[in-house]
Amino acid sequence: MGFFEKIGLYLIKLFNNVKDFAVFLWECCRWMFIPPYRFGQIADHTERIGLQSIMIVAISTFTTGMILALQLVNIMRIFRAEIYAGAAVAMAMSRELAPVITAFVLVAKNGSSMTAEIGSMKVTEQIDAMETMAVSPLRYLVVPRIFASIFTFPALTAIANVVGVYGGYFISTKIMQVNAEAYLHMMYFLVDPDDIWTGLVKAVVFGFLVTVICCYHGLRTSGGAKGLGRRTTAAVVQSTITVLIADYFLTYFFINFCGM
Amino acid sequence: MDNEIIKVCGVWKSFGTHEVLRGVDLSVPEGRITTIIGKSGTGKSVLLKNIIGILKPDRGEIFFEGRDLTKMKNQELLELRRSMGYLFQDAALFDFMSVEENICFPLVEQLGLRDGGELRRRVARLLELVELPGIEKKYPSELSGGMRKRVGLARAIAVEPRIVLFDEPTTGLDPILAESIDQLIIRVNRELGMTCIVISHDIASIFSFTDRLALLYDGVIEFDGTPEEAKRSDHEILRQFISNSFRQIDSER
Repeated sequence: MGFFEKIGLYLIKLFNNVKDFAVFLWECCRWMFIPPYRFGQIADHTERIGLQSIMIVAISTFTTGMILALQLVNIMRIFRAEIYAGAAVAMAMSRELAPVITAFVLVAKNGSSMTAEIGSMKVTEQIDAMETMAVSPLRYLVVPRIFASIFTFPALTAIANVVGVYGGYFISTKIMQVNAEAYLHMMYFLVDPDDIWTGLVKAVVFGFLVTVICCYHGLRTSGGAKGLGRRTTAAVVQSTITVLIADYFLTYFFINFCGM
Repeated sequence: MDNEIIKVCGVWKSFGTHEVLRGVDLSVPEGRITTIIGKSGTGKSVLLKNIIGILKPDRGEIFFEGRDLTKMKNQELLELRRSMGYLFQDAALFDFMSVEENICFPLVEQLGLRDGGELRRRVARLLELVELPGIEKKYPSELSGGMRKRVGLARAIAVEPRIVLFDEPTTGLDPILAESIDQLIIRVNRELGMTCIVISHDIASIFSFTDRLALLYDGVIEFDGTPEEAKRSDHEILRQFISNSFRQIDSER
């Protein structure tokens, strides 16, 4: 096969994959607005994605807040501005780090398991069985997971904000001996509710995208255990990259179009 | 002459460059057992999945009571699937659900039944029918291969479909279990009046109960007739199939 033929085939395959994903995305959006909603399943997935992830999200963001404070206090001390470290930690956490770190943790913990669960159902013909019983797998398996993620990603991000800011406060005031009153005062003075809202909106978008990508790979699994492993890896890698790309565009949008 | 409930006309299906079905024609009479035989990998399961609509043929038509299901919209296809049950080769039970939940699934999703008492009664009756009473709370991982297939059959016939499709129902089972599954297919057909389409390699046993026999070879139906016609046929591949199967039975004895 010639060089140009290879490129042509690759482009055709890429186009078909993008088209397939776009159709899947459209179908997900469509089914999200068609009742009845499976509240039992949504609650079950919310418990699995949300409650069972609180500790790992808290540990990840508490340490991030501590590290951030450690670095910022050290740098700001050069300018005798260490009391601003609290505001900097809180803004960085609420605008960027809390939603992104929460999304990364949930991709690793829940996104991969979504792909593996649905993919395993696909290779054992359970998805086909569902279709033969006139039930759309998208409606039964994907939509409840999307709703659960849309609720839990921002909820966990809110927890991550609080825990991360406390991590920064703990290091700054207890270890680095920054004046606690001044630290908190500057934080309250400079941090705006918009900083928190933008982070929570990002978390909703991340939750939707991660779930759609991971479920898509699950439903397209073929080729037994090897295929399942390949799809799970692809789901995690693509979800992580998508979170970062979406984060850039959302940040650009909030800064340039919403003045936040 | 029996009414045709399913008619497959010139169906082609490829996966990439591999042509699996190359113009399949088949008629399925209502209320009868039709068995499709053929070598492994010749596309028997693909044909069945085209009939129930989870795969779409590249070319050709499949008629269900005169309505072309290849041209049906999604909603029509979903309605049509309520008339069909499908027993998968490995039963394809939902592994995160108990036996009871598996059998309730089509009753809730397709018939919209919500009454717990009614659902439990129906599940118990179906499990009696497949000779597995009292296993409602077990999970698929706790069942043997034969038990899983029987639970799969109970699930497939739960909504009392008009057609049941069996994808190699006896493959991987010992002869006694295989015989019990054959007996269940006969009961489903004779007692419940459901049309059965069976894919099988176990030619010796299907001769005892099938009404029609079709040989799928090289992507086309090479033979379609009654078991008696099959025995008399001088079709070379069919003769090979039949003689090899009976020779295997003789050597096992």
